[in-house]
Amino acid sequence: MAVPASDSISLPTWNRRHLLGLQELESAEIETILDHAAEFKRRMQQRVRLDPLRGVAVANLFFEASTRTRTSFSLAAKRLGADVVDFTASSSSLSKGETFIDTALTIESMGVDLMVIRHSSPGAPEMLSRHLRCGILNAGDGTHEHPTQGLLDVFTMREQLGSLAGKTVTLVGDIKHSRVARSNIWALKKLGANIIVCGPGTLIPPGIEKLGVRVAHRFDDVLQESDVINLLRVQFERQRGAFFPSIAEYAHLFGMNGDRLRRARPGVLILAPGPINRGVEITPDVADGPNSQILHQVTNGLFIRMACLHLLAGQQLSHAQETR
Amino acid sequence: MSTLLIQNGRLIDPARQIDRQGDLLIVDGRIAEADRPDRPADIVIDATGCIVAPGLIDCHASFGEPGREEDETIASGSAAALAGGFTTVACLPTTLPVIDSRAAAEFIARQGERAGQCRVLPIGAVTKECAGAELAEMGQLISGGAVAFSDGKRPIANSEIMRRALQYTRMWDKPILHHAQVPELVQGGIMHEGFQSTLIGLQGMPAAAEEIMVRRDIALAETTGGRVHLMSLSSLRSVDELRRAIARGLRVSADVTPQHLLLTDECLVGYDTNYKVDPPIRTAEHREALIDGLKDNTISLIASDHQPVALEKKLREIDQSPFGIVGLETLLPLCLEALVQPGHLSWMQLLAKLTSGPAELLGLSAGTLRPGQPADVTIIDPNARWQIDATQFRSRSRNTPFHGRQVVGQVRYTLVGGDVKFSLSSPGK
Repeated sequence: MAVPASDSISLPTWNRRHLLGLQELESAEIETILDHAAEFKRRMQQRVRLDPLRGVAVANLFFEASTRTRTSFSLAAKRLGADVVDFTASSSSLSKGETFIDTALTIESMGVDLMVIRHSSPGAPEMLSRHLRCGILNAGDGTHEHPTQGLLDVFTMREQLGSLAGKTVTLVGDIKHSRVARSNIWALKKLGANIIVCGPGTLIPPGIEKLGVRVAHRFDDVLQESDVINLLRVQFERQRGAFFPSIAEYAHLFGMNGDRLRRARPGVLILAPGPINRGVEITPDVADGPNSQILHQVTNGLFIRMACLHLLAGQQLSHAQETR
Repeated sequence: MSTLLIQNGRLIDPARQIDRQGDLLIVDGRIAEADRPDRPADIVIDATGCIVAPGLIDCHASFGEPGREEDETIASGSAAALAGGFTTVACLPTTLPVIDSRAAAEFIARQGERAGQCRVLPIGAVTKECAGAELAEMGQLISGGAVAFSDGKRPIANSEIMRRALQYTRMWDKPILHHAQVPELVQGGIMHEGFQSTLIGLQGMPAAAEEIMVRRDIALAETTGGRVHLMSLSSLRSVDELRRAIARGLRVSADVTPQHLLLTDECLVGYDTNYKVDPPIRTAEHREALIDGLKDNTISLIASDHQPVALEKKLREIDQSPFGIVGLETLLPLCLEALVQPGHLSWMQLLAKLTSGPAELLGLSAGTLRPGQPADVTIIDPNARWQIDATQFRSRSRNTPFHGRQVVGQVRYTLVGGDVKFSLSSPGK
């Protein structure tokens, strides 16, 4: 294999030190991230070597189990030439009673510029952003937001559909406990899509329609109008007690299967943030079929994370210079 | 004979519906019949421009002692009370261990006396260990000084236990102070359930959890003739239910806290743990209903619900941080902002909810400037502008969302039994 060529990539205009959620982003900022990720994707497919984050230290602090997101962030940072350290709660001092703020301050003091945080508590990254000087990137905080997942989902949709304005995206499943749903809703709204949330009555949170989304409880009724169906994972670990009678009943009412796919629009995009529960929210024939975007999402996640890290690092470095 | 004269104040005594300019004479620690002493008073306090009121009474606060002295001690809590204008505080029993025995109740009273600040009264547990299963020894607790009964923030979920507790406390005509909430509806909850909780992804605590329990408590008060007092009411429908129950002549009452009168659930958008309080801060319509309830006296009391939490515990993630706001030192100016300045209540009405009202609930003769009473007096400058500074609190804890807030109305002096126990060193302007 040939040694990849080294190249530089220009930094678009960007004014934020942290990426805590998509709620606070302007639509133009979302477009900036998506365009920048597309640029990374183009360069990487040409096997161009890029290392704009050479000398930047990125810490992945994962206070909650994660394989794919942590790996994706880790690889994205390495592809940008950053020094990367992974920290997981199992190997942490949290069990010794240290607060998570102290843990983060300790890691930051080792000279970290950017911190990627995954935490089971909503607002944990925002709390850290008030106590730390480094840039904070939210990699999922409890039932609040998962901005890079929202971005990679809309990136994948946009790649297939072009503009999302006027397109109808249906989010199916556990809306109540899903940070992915919230981040999707914010991004999709800002990009002009119509949004339907569809799930059992127990898993639709109160007041969600005030976000300008339509609530549906019968999946079959909305199949025909959906350009995209995003199948959220049932968050067994976040649910207290049973929110529906059985997995079989859930799959019966809300599972995506071959029969429903045949009744959906031709070419409908099937997304799932993963890890997928095969046979629960999606059957294997659909997951592995031509409409499935699941692996494209994973691929695109890397470029989204590269783009976010690059943008935040640029802001962080200029901020550090100003305060020096 | 020692004499103390408070001169030129505006005397407000809600128990006797007195509101007039004048002097207040204290002889040997008690309010005197006469306004003027026969000879020059030993001590003279100039109260020009100030309100002279009965010492405020707080019907439920938590002082951490015994067991959580890192949050507060009875000494620090009662000092905080004085700075807030309170001369009497009743303490919730959910300490470590809980106040479910005569010895424990006597310990609270004794620690209050040792501290020598404000008067500290124990509230006894309704159930053993506040576990909600078996009645505590209420008669023994009363012998130990208990003025009321409560299981603190732990709802008495078992209706039969609540019914028996109401039947049993009737023997002494003591109220049960209840945190009316259906536990299973708020399990894991952090904030009011609604659009905001959906938006920021925090587990909700529906208003229905309170409303269902309020309805149950009213029904039990009706069947037993017992006295139910609902602590920290927070929901619109609860106020409606209470209004109807009072109209039917039932012995139910309620209090509300300043935070529920000033804030709405949007305050949690930044995940500041100082806004995490139980019952939760709800929406504007709930807040307005609470103010309406105060106006027509459906809600007859205001309480601090002082819940000190040591800083290290509030620095946790919001779902792991304890509930609570520290309230004694900020209650008065916050009530003025929420109620008096907008014209919802007069000074007389506000002070009734902080003096004669809680005195009646707890069966105390205090809360009035009636001659012969021990001179528990609070002197308030109603126009002083100042900034709340949590770092200057006498409380051990600083868990307030009101740090830095500009407020109007300040306690200048607090007297307990005729002794000046608190005087403000640097008054506002």
